Amino acid sequence: MLRVLLQVIRRDLLLAVRQKADVLNTLFFFVVVVTMVPLGIGPEPNLLRAIAPGVVWVAALLAAILSLARLFANDYADGTLEQMLLSSEPLTLIVLGKAAAHWLVTGLPLTVMSIVFGVVFDLGLQETGVLVVSLLLGTPVLSLIGAVGAALTLGLRGGGVLTSLLVLPLYIPVLIFGSGAVGAAASGVAYAAYLLLLGAFLLFASVLTPWAVALALRISVE
Amino acid sequence: MNWGSWDNFLRMGGYGFFVWGSYGMAMAILVIEVWQLKVRRRRAVTELQREAARRSA
Amino acid sequence: MNTAASPRIGLFWFASPQTFFPLAGKMVPLFSLLAAGLLLVGLYIAFLVAPTDATQGESYRIIFIHVPAAWMSMFLYLVMAFWAAVGLVFNTRLSSMMATAIAPTGALMTFLALWTGAFWGRPTWGAYWVWDARLTSELILLFLYLGFIALQAAIDDPRRADKAGAVLALVGVVNVPIIYFSVQWWNTLHQGASVSITRAPSMATTMLWGMLVMALAFWMYSIAVVLHRLRSIILERERRTEWVRELLREGRIK
Repeated sequence: MLRVLLQVIRRDLLLAVRQKADVLNTLFFFVVVVTMVPLGIGPEPNLLRAIAPGVVWVAALLAAILSLARLFANDYADGTLEQMLLSSEPLTLIVLGKAAAHWLVTGLPLTVMSIVFGVVFDLGLQETGVLVVSLLLGTPVLSLIGAVGAALTLGLRGGGVLTSLLVLPLYIPVLIFGSGAVGAAASGVAYAAYLLLLGAFLLFASVLTPWAVALALRISVE
Repeated sequence: MNWGSWDNFLRMGGYGFFVWGSYGMAMAILVIEVWQLKVRRRRAVTELQREAARRSA
Repeated sequence: MNTAASPRIGLFWFASPQTFFPLAGKMVPLFSLLAAGLLLVGLYIAFLVAPTDATQGESYRIIFIHVPAAWMSMFLYLVMAFWAAVGLVFNTRLSSMMATAIAPTGALMTFLALWTGAFWGRPTWGAYWVWDARLTSELILLFLYLGFIALQAAIDDPRRADKAGAVLALVGVVNVPIIYFSVQWWNTLHQGASVSITRAPSMATTMLWGMLVMALAFWMYSIAVVLHRLRSIILERERRTEWVRELLREGRIK
């Protein structure tokens, strides 16, 4: 079981390393979007500090959505996905592996990058810490839920925009608690509950979404 | 509920715009939805008839 | 599931588009009539019986549209998800068609709830949109409906569209309480539920009655409209079958 999971992750990581452009694009998009906001709003430090959690989180959402297409599209195009569906290994496990690899090349770099944004927006050490932890817990959920959207829209025209429309409403709870955690930390209020809830979302999503994704893949491919 | 006059009824205690704007939209949606249903039915039937004609031709 | 003409299969007798089509045809006028009647009674109560509100004056009368629309928007989503799930599990085409038929009506109800909510909000809270928990959740519900409709529209193969929509609807339904809870946490401006099955309503009885009658009217209307749409969907998807061609020849379709 674990062997299959690791193999799937290893394969996807290898593919991602060979096509660095995909991965780097997502990260650059994240950076660019976050950078746009002060340019659009003005350099007032207090204002920027107040909106930073929301901005970073929304940018993370958008970057995650942008990167979803690559989750299954390449495997679908060259027939590997079909082989995965036919394989004797549980599809849910394969899906979990792909989502994990996706997170490793998109969510994790974003999370690390957010440390820089903590500094750039003058957030303070504790707030930045909470920002990082919230993204660490939340971005895997984005990959998992996003996988459902990617699987449902596999091969469809207008895919990217359609996937966004499907997936954004589902992302909202993660957004609310993710940026809420940082907001609470900034206000000096207890933020543990927010992070715990994010953790709960992660557990919930890890267990349920592979199932939905596997079902969606079978529907889309057959 | 005694309104006293038509004018009072239409003005809705100063909130006429909001009340009638709401009921008006409800009415509009009803009309639009029913109209859309008719259009869809007509299109379906026309398509059926066209296919029937094509088959008997 | 087969569509044999035997009543002994009981529950699945009307699961066939062929048997349900005429039944739905009879139901549409019935529910339309019920809707019209209830609407008249409801409007009578709303404007000629319910008194002026002490704090909100006459603007509260929007409640007789807003609350029923909001209730229907949520109820229809559940029903839609239910039929989509049935279609997915039992592989019955008609159940999936039902879900597809419900979606546009649900979306319109949601839009109406948002519109009337905004028009009620302006005189009550000073702004058309105040990002309160209830309205924001309704907005997200609208996105869920639109996503369902968009997904089905983007898929050419009807069976794939049925099943994909079902997965989306089910994922949505699981998320609705989570989204609602999240948005509640995020903001608590909207007035507490005025009508709840566990608490006594905090409004005049006539207002409550008006709301309930209007809610019933909206419900009857929704059934009539959805069934009418369903029949059109059946005609579209079953157009190659003999029974449809037979009905067409007999002039029984209009």
